[in-house]
Amino acid sequence: MRSDQITGNKTGSPIPEYLITALIKAAGYSAILFVGMIFLFLLLESFPALKEVEFSNLLSSRWYPIEDHFGVMPLIGGSLIITIGATLIAVPFGVGTAIFLSEIAPRWLRETLKPLVEVLGGLPSVVLGFLGMLILSPYLRIWLDIPTGLSAFAGAILLGGIAIPTVVSVAEDALDAVPKSYRDASLAIGATEWQTIWRVTLPAARSGVVTAVMLGIGRAIGETMTVMMVTGNAPILPTGLKDLFSPVRTMTATIAAEMGEVANSSTHYHVLFLIGIILFLISLVVNATASAVVFRQKKSQERILS
Amino acid sequence: MQYIKRLLFLSLIIFLAGCSGRGNSAQDSSHQIEVIENKGSDTIVNLALAWAEGYQVIEPTVQLSVTGGGSGTGIAALINGTVDIANASRKIKAEEREAALENGSDPVEFVIARDAIAIIVNLDNPIEHLTLQQISSIYSGAINNWNEVGGEDRPIVRLSRETNSGTHVYFLEEVIRLGDKDNQTLFAQNTLLLPSSEGIGAEIRQNPNAIGYDGLGYVTDEMKIIGVAPAAGESYIFPSAKTVNSGQYPIARDLYMYTNGEPEGVIKEYLNWILSSEAQETVTELGFVPIAK
Repeated sequence: MRSDQITGNKTGSPIPEYLITALIKAAGYSAILFVGMIFLFLLLESFPALKEVEFSNLLSSRWYPIEDHFGVMPLIGGSLIITIGATLIAVPFGVGTAIFLSEIAPRWLRETLKPLVEVLGGLPSVVLGFLGMLILSPYLRIWLDIPTGLSAFAGAILLGGIAIPTVVSVAEDALDAVPKSYRDASLAIGATEWQTIWRVTLPAARSGVVTAVMLGIGRAIGETMTVMMVTGNAPILPTGLKDLFSPVRTMTATIAAEMGEVANSSTHYHVLFLIGIILFLISLVVNATASAVVFRQKKSQERILS
Repeated sequence: MQYIKRLLFLSLIIFLAGCSGRGNSAQDSSHQIEVIENKGSDTIVNLALAWAEGYQVIEPTVQLSVTGGGSGTGIAALINGTVDIANASRKIKAEEREAALENGSDPVEFVIARDAIAIIVNLDNPIEHLTLQQISSIYSGAINNWNEVGGEDRPIVRLSRETNSGTHVYFLEEVIRLGDKDNQTLFAQNTLLLPSSEGIGAEIRQNPNAIGYDGLGYVTDEMKIIGVAPAAGESYIFPSAKTVNSGQYPIARDLYMYTNGEPEGVIKEYLNWILSSEAQETVTELGFVPIAK
């Protein structure tokens, strides 16, 4: 009924309406299908690892696959410590920049800066890796007086830099979408500009800002090339924040460095797929957390508005 | 490095594809084009590519297809009969030879060049020499400060290639474990595993704490090569073509090509050419050690 009303008459469109609807539906469902198939493939390829390698070996802290040491804990720890470090850098800088662009900067400055930040986001990660290896890590070694600059900290700084443009871009859009009347009302009752930003605009844009941070974290945890070049790739299990200044090996770098040469269907091959699954699950948890936070936020907003 | 190799390989494929176009017309004038498939060690792949290009000029009727992938990959392909020549930076293992015999192939070994592995440190590091035992202790984690081997009071940062590198495995077996098969010592856990020779070079150039190892061909003037003594009290030897061929330098290995049975026809001619002094000049140019005649 409705489609008839939109197209006017049945013979007007050369392609039948139901076909277009079916195609759009198929496109929508295909995304789910692809994710499902990827997950199934990872599951099938990694399952033999659980039979071939003992749990005590998998949970050990030694990763040396050519001698059958398959401890994945240092790799998980390495990925986590770098991601935490990158988040600590990207959130204040990213959200701060977004607030400046959206709330404080004059129009002309904002229109120059935002495209520049987006260009930064398009920098190939291998180029950043080069800069990190040749410039950042030597200076880190001298400034921090650590044995080598090839450390988790170098990786965290670069990944923070990679995540910042994503955070800025999404968070700025969210702040921009807050109605002007909110700010006007706050200023009218005597709040300062900072009080308005901190107590009114930012909370109103919270769901968008949280999405921005989660997207930034997602960007950081999956990054491969940069971390492979600057973190030293030594599989040491990090036990605290002090290990931010020693070398680490991430899950992504391990897969990238070892998958190319590993014999097909060997134990090592299956364990690499197992690491792939762990990585997949971690980003799933990050995304699910983000949606949960956004969902809860929306609900409470709806309560206030109703 | 990996990328350069892939690029070289790709350009060779394109080059050979171009040749095969001409090959068809050559076939008409009764010149049979012969294809030799050559695969294996990444250490050797640049050398094998250089040889393939050189041989193309001399024998345009022979096409060479060269790929890397690692010593194990090359030998596996030889066992499966998909390549004519396998490149390896290590000797064929006993179980690989058994698998080959079961499959009806009989790998024949040729030493085609030698490779010295240089121990390198930063130019500011006052250390000049180390014994093999000291290098082993450094890499296994028993020695952690340069002052334990007569240097400055600095922590030692150990650099290594990734575990899939044949050089890594050679270093583990012959240096860290000193050639003892029952020895189960591993690299110290905080050894940095760098994905490329350039990664090792960049760190050695700027970090006075670092020690690394790499093929002699990858060492530049901006790094210091350490003299190595096979045992305490013996004289310290620096890597060079001469000390490698005389067997004095202790960290050197042979590089191999394997054929399926005694080579015949064009494969035999190609291997003969590789062992000629003309082809061995390429070995020196690429920083490997030519085999002594």
